[in-house]
Amino acid sequence: MAGLGRACLLLALAVCVYGIGASLYGVRTGRVELSESGRRSVYSLAGILTIAFAILEIAFLRNNFAFNTVADTSSRTTPMFYRAAAVWSSQEGSLLLWAWLLSLWSSLALFLTRRRLRDVAAYAQAILLGFGGFFIALMVFYAQPFATTSPAPLEGAGLDPLLRFPTMMIHPPMLYSGYTLCTIPLAFGMGALLARRVDADWIRAIRRFAFAAWLFLGIGILLGARWSYSELGWGGYWGWDAVENASLMPWLTGTAFLHSLMIQEKRGMLKVWNVSLVLATGTLAIMGTFLVRSGVLNSIHAFGGATLGVPFVCLIAVLIAGSIYLVVTRRDMLRSEHRLDSLLSRESIFLANNLVLVGLCFVIFWGTYFPLISEALTGQEASVGPPWFDRYTVPLALILVLLSGVGPVIAWRRATLANARRNFLAPAAVALLTLIALVGAGVADKPFAIAMFCCGAFVFGSIGQEFFRGARARRAMAGEAAPIALVALVQRNRRRYGGYIVHIGMAVLFIGVAASSSFQHASELGLSPGQSTRAGAYTVRYVRPTATITPKYDAAHTGSTLSLGAVLDVTKHGRHVATLYPSEGYYASDEPSRGSVGSLIGGQPVSHVAMDAGVTRDVWTAIEPDIETPALKRIVQVGNRTLPPEEAEVAIGYLARAYLAHPPQAQFHVIVSPLVMWIWIGGLIVGGGGLIAIWPAGGWAAVFVRRRGRARSRARAAQGLQRA
Amino acid sequence: MNILVAILTLVLCGAVLVVLSAPFRAARSRAGSTAAAHPRSEPDAVLERDELEAAREAKYREIRDAELDYRTGKLSREDYEAIDGALRGEAVEILNRLAALGGEPADADGEPD
Repeated sequence: MAGLGRACLLLALAVCVYGIGASLYGVRTGRVELSESGRRSVYSLAGILTIAFAILEIAFLRNNFAFNTVADTSSRTTPMFYRAAAVWSSQEGSLLLWAWLLSLWSSLALFLTRRRLRDVAAYAQAILLGFGGFFIALMVFYAQPFATTSPAPLEGAGLDPLLRFPTMMIHPPMLYSGYTLCTIPLAFGMGALLARRVDADWIRAIRRFAFAAWLFLGIGILLGARWSYSELGWGGYWGWDAVENASLMPWLTGTAFLHSLMIQEKRGMLKVWNVSLVLATGTLAIMGTFLVRSGVLNSIHAFGGATLGVPFVCLIAVLIAGSIYLVVTRRDMLRSEHRLDSLLSRESIFLANNLVLVGLCFVIFWGTYFPLISEALTGQEASVGPPWFDRYTVPLALILVLLSGVGPVIAWRRATLANARRNFLAPAAVALLTLIALVGAGVADKPFAIAMFCCGAFVFGSIGQEFFRGARARRAMAGEAAPIALVALVQRNRRRYGGYIVHIGMAVLFIGVAASSSFQHASELGLSPGQSTRAGAYTVRYVRPTATITPKYDAAHTGSTLSLGAVLDVTKHGRHVATLYPSEGYYASDEPSRGSVGSLIGGQPVSHVAMDAGVTRDVWTAIEPDIETPALKRIVQVGNRTLPPEEAEVAIGYLARAYLAHPPQAQFHVIVSPLVMWIWIGGLIVGGGGLIAIWPAGGWAAVFVRRRGRARSRARAAQGLQRA
Repeated sequence: MNILVAILTLVLCGAVLVVLSAPFRAARSRAGSTAAAHPRSEPDAVLERDELEAAREAKYREIRDAELDYRTGKLSREDYEAIDGALRGEAVEILNRLAALGGEPADADGEPD
């Protein structure tokens, strides 16, 4: 079936080329049937790539090691769930996933706009088919997912142990959905400029896709942070890694766009700004993909495909040049219809919020691409680390959180000073009380953390006030009970109150970040059984060592040949808190020079973190056993000399028993971080708020089925002019 | 297996051809009248109606937002009445322009929010 897969890719490439030509020729000559055929090319592309993806997925599930991708990233001992997700753990499979998701989202967007924006949609589908064709060409010429080897190997190399974690398997589809959804607004934005139809209609058409891109990117980013915290042995959730930054940048500009598009919808303002944001977000999404695929920057995430760098650079250059050309040549059509009525208005706050978000993006962009720029200019590679990023992003994040609390209490168009003072009173009081409580608790030595807590409290106060006053107004108008009034308020004003919930979620998340990074207690030292260490108010005692061998005893399905760890007793003020079992897994290596026994444990060791997570704090532990003691090394050496590969596992048993009998000192990393769970809770709240904001009032069926009729339209007109 | 792959590939190509050629067959069955009557892919009246419908939905939202701002204490009564009056006037103007276009205006995605 690999042949069918290759045929699918060639057919898909041909469909893309045809679709681009048909769409462009159709829109230029006014031939509707050509544009329609071009749109059907996108649907066909989705169908073809679904078949291709299914072929590769089945190959993984059936352990068909004739496929090089399957042999490189899966094995018979890989659990079924990880085998199914291993498709996108390779360069080739991830490219196929990207193209497939792009075709699906593009099909949805074009289906929903099939009866309107025909000129704009024709250009958009050409651009989307261009992206699809680009990724398919990469698979046809550079990284073939259906390349095979004959005869097929009997066993595969297995999945990278670092990826054997559930959230890590869901993370790529979420992230790629976000990236591919970012291309929808970009395509429609370019289409609107090309068709010279830059009114609010195209904005309205892509608003949900921009929101969905933002939501999926956010979920992907959060899942990645969770994986980093729970799986990697460094105890952090964000390291300003190049690929982490690459996903954050389009999320920031996408957030800015979601705010400023409201201004364009209401007031016809910020057209240049909005179209620039849309183009920038899509381009940043492609640049993020470039960072992961090309291997130009060192990153734990990078696939290291150096041959893909040049095509990506060409694509990005075309996108940037094309975007600038379109915006400059259409600037007359993008003039604002109105001006700001007042600096004291929600429009002004949104504008300030946009500037901060774009400023954040610029800082992160500079810090991420600085190594490339430096190398190009000086010939020497340089890099910037977390302290540099923190220095500039923390103050901007503070301003952002503050603005997210100010915006809700300011009216559209203009607010009076008297009203503003009255509306700021309660939130300011909440912030002040928080400050007094923190200073009283003796935490005045962390000014940025305190500032973030106070800004977060301000947000809670302002949005809590909005919900209270809104429900009260609803009760006064409709006579409903308070809970019903609250629900009805949110139902009738989803975008506003869904957005408020997002703001609360972001405040919770930032409070979690501030607390966990500023008030963390860490201890890193060597311990022997019976010895203890302290981290903050917690005492961690190394009770005894643990050792497990062979995958079938590995309840976590990590696939490690040998796992050495410890039992840790955690107490606080003499009271037992938790028992933790951190371990380090040793995996097989494919280097024969290590010997029959050495190769069983010579692969990259992976730390399996153990933590006691709670609402107020996490106690996080990791272990690095010493497997290089003379006694243990002698066992490996003797085994290498005397045991053939098929009996080498016997020596692993001796190794485990020797480790348990005479455990050497092991390195322990213990971290106590307050409020880490609030980061994940905040993320969930953001996601929930986003779903509320994006949910259509008439249900999703109404989005897909157009309602016609003059009578209905008249009724809506009357309804729309009634009191809210 | 190679023969099976070849057959499946041909079937797939055939299916794609059927899908891509459907608009041409539909146009032919309309005996070219559509192409002759619409030199542009979309009549200007349809474009204008789409724009007005988008503007109408935005204006409804503005009216509701202004009332909610007033009822939650962000706007004084005087400011609210001035803004509300202006918005309603703008909304009526949009509705009049929509009515003047005639035909059957349709909701694009059927959602007020």
